[in-house]
This record gives sequence, structure tokens and C-alpha cells, in this order.
Amino acid sequence: MVADSASPETCRPRTPTTTEGAAARAAALADVALADVALADVALADVVVLSPPGLAALANALIGDGYRLVGPTVRSEAVVLEELESADELPWGWDVDADAGRYRLRRRADRAVFAHAVGPQPWKRFLLPPASLLWRARRGESGFSVDPPEDPLPRYALFGVRSCDLAAIAVQDRVLATSAHPDSGYRGRRARSFVVAADCATPAGTCFCSSLGCGPAAAGGYDVALTEVVTGEEHLFLARAGSAAGDAVLPRLPSRPATPHDLDAARAVVGEAAQRMGRRLDPDGLPELLAAHREDPHWNEVAQRCLSCGNCTLVCPTCFCTTVVDATDVTGTVAERRRHWDSCFDLDFSYLHAGSVRASTSARYRHWISHKLGTWPEQFGTAGCVGCGRCITWCPVGIDITAEIAALRGGVPEGGGL
Amino acid sequence: MALPKLAVWKFASCDGCQLSLLDCEDELLAVAGQVEIAHFLEASRERVPGPYDVSLVEGSITTRDDAHRIQKVRALSRTLVTIGACATSGGVQALRNVADVDEYRSIVYPHPEYVATLDRSTPIAQHVRVDHELRGCPINRVQLLELLAALLHGGRPPRTTASVCTECKLRDNVCVVVAHGTPCLGPVTAAGCGALCPSYHRGCYGCFGPVAAANTAAVAESLRECGMSEADVTRVFRTFNADAPAFRKEAELHDAQSQP
Ligand code: SF4
Ligand code: SF4
Ligand code: SF4
Ligand code: SF4
Repeated sequence: MVADSASPETCRPRTPTTTEGAAARAAALADVALADVALADVALADVVVLSPPGLAALANALIGDGYRLVGPTVRSEAVVLEELESADELPWGWDVDADAGRYRLRRRADRAVFAHAVGPQPWKRFLLPPASLLWRARRGESGFSVDPPEDPLPRYALFGVRSCDLAAIAVQDRVLATSAHPDSGYRGRRARSFVVAADCATPAGTCFCSSLGCGPAAAGGYDVALTEVVTGEEHLFLARAGSAAGDAVLPRLPSRPATPHDLDAARAVVGEAAQRMGRRLDPDGLPELLAAHREDPHWNEVAQRCLSCGNCTLVCPTCFCTTVVDATDVTGTVAERRRHWDSCFDLDFSYLHAGSVRASTSARYRHWISHKLGTWPEQFGTAGCVGCGRCITWCPVGIDITAEIAALRGGVPEGGGL
Repeated sequence: MALPKLAVWKFASCDGCQLSLLDCEDELLAVAGQVEIAHFLEASRERVPGPYDVSLVEGSITTRDDAHRIQKVRALSRTLVTIGACATSGGVQALRNVADVDEYRSIVYPHPEYVATLDRSTPIAQHVRVDHELRGCPINRVQLLELLAALLHGGRPPRTTASVCTECKLRDNVCVVVAHGTPCLGPVTAAGCGALCPSYHRGCYGCFGPVAAANTAAVAESLRECGMSEADVTRVFRTFNADAPAFRKEAELHDAQSQP
């Protein structure tokens, strides 16, 4: 099991400062080494090869061990994350055509199961549920009593977590599990979870994890990691363990030892994936860039397009903001405190005694992108973006974080400032 | 201690919002135990004279008589809550506000001279002070119960500035705009329904009315990308909240563009 105290170093804040200059910046962009390193570090003896029935056996073993299996499946013309009963429900033979504000499922010629990159929901849907009851109290004859918590915390097996999402979970761990004020529910669900990672072979059009050193291969923070290789008649999963729990489960599955040929094929898959990212984001000096553009007219231009709908934050795997609401029933005897996801795009989010601090859409968009890429590193030690591309795909009007940063960079006069 | 008195008033409306109260099946007895239902003609012929602690007002003002009657209701009510799209924005009958009411009248009724009506349908808040409003066509009964609970027990009435998109994501829907290319007014529509329509793979048509500072222009662009004509864009902003200022203005722009 992944110990929540050991945040994986999946995604280091690789934002060379401006003093490191253009060479470092070029190197950072060309650098897909992290992905290669992930598999370069892997020794042949540590890898076993599963067939598709072997993958199904892994799912069944986890269910047999008492985990609730959560993984990708097709629903409402998208690959969503849901509780699954078996590997049969996985999206065999589907991938996606994703662009800014657009997502379409596509049938594949093969039966690849992890070819769909990431869907609309982040894994926080399970680790930090969108809505939850914090407590319920009842008024009695003498004072009031608080109901005992309803369910013991679930044990989830998260099946098919991408490297960007591993990095995002590590970000949320820092905020919600290992910080000075941890969230007990998150920490409990996290400590009980089993993580099956899946390296990416087919990034979507909105993916840019490799720009930020967050993928496409899993580099830590998993119990078992899989690399899917589909070539002609061959359909294999190279499996490697990343924890004692992972070490314990792999020998229980039907498998064969990996050959050097298998490992080369797996390295080729992730190496090529790193070159096929649909988007890129130059990570160089982002905090400085954003600080220098506080008053840029570009924010007003974005605000013409932005709906302030909050979809970008609700789909983002690192956003962790929630709000608390109290409610009383009509009889006045039962009171509840509930928590649900919140968004900095909501006008009430920054409501203080005299009104909203960020009253305009331009202020809200600027705040969002500045927090993600500018002030998050200072606050939490990593960027708040892992390059999953969800905010780009699921923005109803296709606002693109990579394009907005490029626009800000384009706005810098020749030879000046940054 | 006497129970607080609740009154339900009807103006120009279809009764759907009042029925949401009767629809509260499980909770209705609990409500009935907490208040004296003093005036609710949809439920009982009995009328207890005012004043009333809480008045729920359904419907818009469309006649001279109703313009007088709402003043009386206000004077008799400690807290006045408008319920539904008609009461809060003028309702579907506010379509007359962008048309010639005499012409309508002469087409629809065999004896138009018997129909006394104002040429505009206006929300209650244009006539009297309103303490709280519940949007929707019809309202969401859960919101109604939460508001009543807060009013009865001194809690803070729930409020949200979120759009339908927030509820849509909390409900785990797949966005119909992004994944299906279906036009949706959710981003500019006030939350409250729990994203009912997108939960059934349909676009929102805005029955809860606009959010504050709705970027209707950007949504109109998205509607067009989903295949709507200028005339359709005009129509979709002119439904249950046709005279809500943000929707009215956007509809006017597209109406102008769709004219030959
Ligand atoms: S900001 Fe966008 S691309 Fe970055 S992690 Fe969040 S959703 Fe993914
Ligand atoms: S960037 Fe897109 S998703 Fe985010 S608030 Fe603006 S319109 Fe909504
Ligand atoms: S379906 Fe409509 S309401 Fe739901 S997220 Fe998409 S645009 Fe918003
Ligand atoms: S989704 Fe839109 S149209 Fe449907 S009930 Fe909600 S507010 Fe009304």
C-alpha cells in the first residue's frame, strides 16, 4: 500500500529560473528523460508479463482482497471512472479524439485497454468525494447528539492511474494528507488505497505531461505499474511492483518472465508517447512570467471568452477547494454539515464581508492560472499543474492553459524582461 | 406557542411551483406540523386572515388588479418569497414584452375585448420588496424545503452563485457540449436544479434564469458551434426567463442578426 507519508517524486518542479537562461529552457522542453528513466531504471528481473486474462486476474485478485475496484469504463460517450465488477467493464478497444472543448470516443482496430488517456473525472472523485456529509446531529430531550459516522472508509483499488494523475495525487497528498492540517477522510481513503498505474502509449490531443516531467510513464507512487504493449497479434502488459503490497500480488497472477525484447518494446511505447504529446507548456520561469503580467490587458481578452463556469477546476486533479454548508430539516431537530467541491471561478468563493474580492472574470482567471503555475510552487513545492489537459478538453469554450501562457510569452517585448 | 402562518399566493402562472410544495410528499406532514397553512387554495378552501409570517408568491404581474393585489399581499406578509421563473423574471408569458400584445390578443381569443391585460408581464420584485427568491420552472422542492427550514428555525437561507455546470460536475455527468456537441445553457444558468437536463443527456435550456454576470455572448458562440442558427439562439434565450435582462439582451442581438 502506498504510505501517505511518502509522497512520490513523480513530478519534480522542473521550472528552471530565468537566470539559467535559454539553454536550460530548451533542454527542459526537449527533456523527456523522466519518462525514459522510469523504465530505464527497471530491471528485467523485476518485470513480469501479463496477458489480457492476467490483467483480469489482477482485477479479481484486488476484489478478492476486499478492495472496491475503481477504473475506466465507457458511459455517456466518454471513458469515465466508476466502480467496476470485473476487467470486462474496462474500455477495451477505445481511444479518444480530444481537443480544446471537444472530446469524442473512437473505436480502435485493436483491443488496447489503456489507450484513452484521461477522461472527464480526476481520481479525487473517490479520494476527496464531490459531496460528503461531515456530520449530522439530532436535538433530543436534553441537548443534542451527533450521529456516529455512517460507513467505515472505503478501500479503493484505483485501476489504471496515469502518471499525470499519480503526480496530482502526490500534490493532493501534500495538501490533504501530510500537511500540518490533514483531512482525516482523505488521509484514510488514501492510506487504504491500492494504486495500479498505467503508462501512457497514446497521449490525447490535450496532453502535455512530458513538458512538466510528469509522464508519460509512472515513476513512483504506485503499488503496481503496467505498460501495455499492443503489436499485431501481441497484447501484453508488463507489470512491475512499486510497494510491498504490489510485490505480494504479482506472484498470484498467471504471468511469464519478461524478455529483453518485451522491455525494449515497453520502453519504445513510452518513449514514443513522450514525443506525441498534443500540447506543450514551456515551464521556464512561470512564477516570474505571471508576476510580471499581473496587469496585462490579456486577462480582459480571456474574460471575453471565459464563462467563469468553474469546469476547469472541477475536472482538475490537483484542485482541492471545498466549501461547507449547514442545513436544518423542516422540523428543526436534525442538523447537517455537508461539504462539496468549490471553485475559485464562483463569485462567492472570494466573498468577504463587503463583497467578492475577485469580482471580475479576468481577476478570477488570472488568479486560477497564477495559482496553478505561479504561486503553487512557493506554497506547496511543486507546480499545481501536472499536464493532464482536462481543463482544456472540458472547458465548454476550449480555453487552453498552454495557449494562454504562450500568449503571455508572446506579449513580452523582444529582449525585454523575461 | 402559535405556529407561524404560511400563505401561498398565485398570480399569472401555471400552478406548477405551488404543486412542488404538495409534491414534497414525505416532508409535507413535517411542514404541516411546523406551520399553520393559512392560505393555500391549491390545497384547501379554508382561508385564515392575515398577517402571515411567510408568503410564497407564485406568478408574474400581468393585470392591473394583480398589481394592486401584490401590494396587499406584501402588506400582510412578514417575509415574502417569490417562487419560480414567473415570479422572479416574468415567466414564459413575458414573451409578450417583445411583441405587440394587442395583436396576440386578437389572434388568440375570439372576443379579445373581454381580456383585460397589461402589455408587459413583470416580476414581483418590480412591484414590491422581495425577501428571498427561488428560481426555476418549476422550482426545486429541495430548495423550497431548505429555505422554509431556514426561515422557520432561524438558520441562514441557503444561497449559491454557482452555475448549473458546478452541479453538473458534482453529479458526475459527462458534459454534453464537449462530449456530444449538444448545445447547453448551463454555464450561464443559475444552479438549483441539480443539473437535471444534462443528467438525461440534454442541454440546459435555462429555466433557472441567468447567473450574475452571465457571459451570454460566449455561450451564444458555443451554441452556434453546436449547430444552432441565429433564430434558434434567439429562441433558446427567450423561453421561461425571456425578460431576465441578461437573456433578453442576448436574444435581442441574435434576433437582429437573424432578420433577413
Ligand atoms: S491545470 Fe489543467 S492541465 Fe493542469 S493539472 Fe489541472 S486540469 Fe490538468
Ligand atoms: S476557463 Fe473554461 S472551464 Fe474554466 S471557468 Fe473559464 S470557461 Fe469555464
Ligand atoms: S453539460 Fe452543460 S451544464 Fe453540464 S458542464 Fe457541460 S455546459 Fe455545463
Ligand atoms: S438543467 Fe436548466 S433547463 Fe433543465 S431543469 Fe435545470 S435549469 Fe432548468
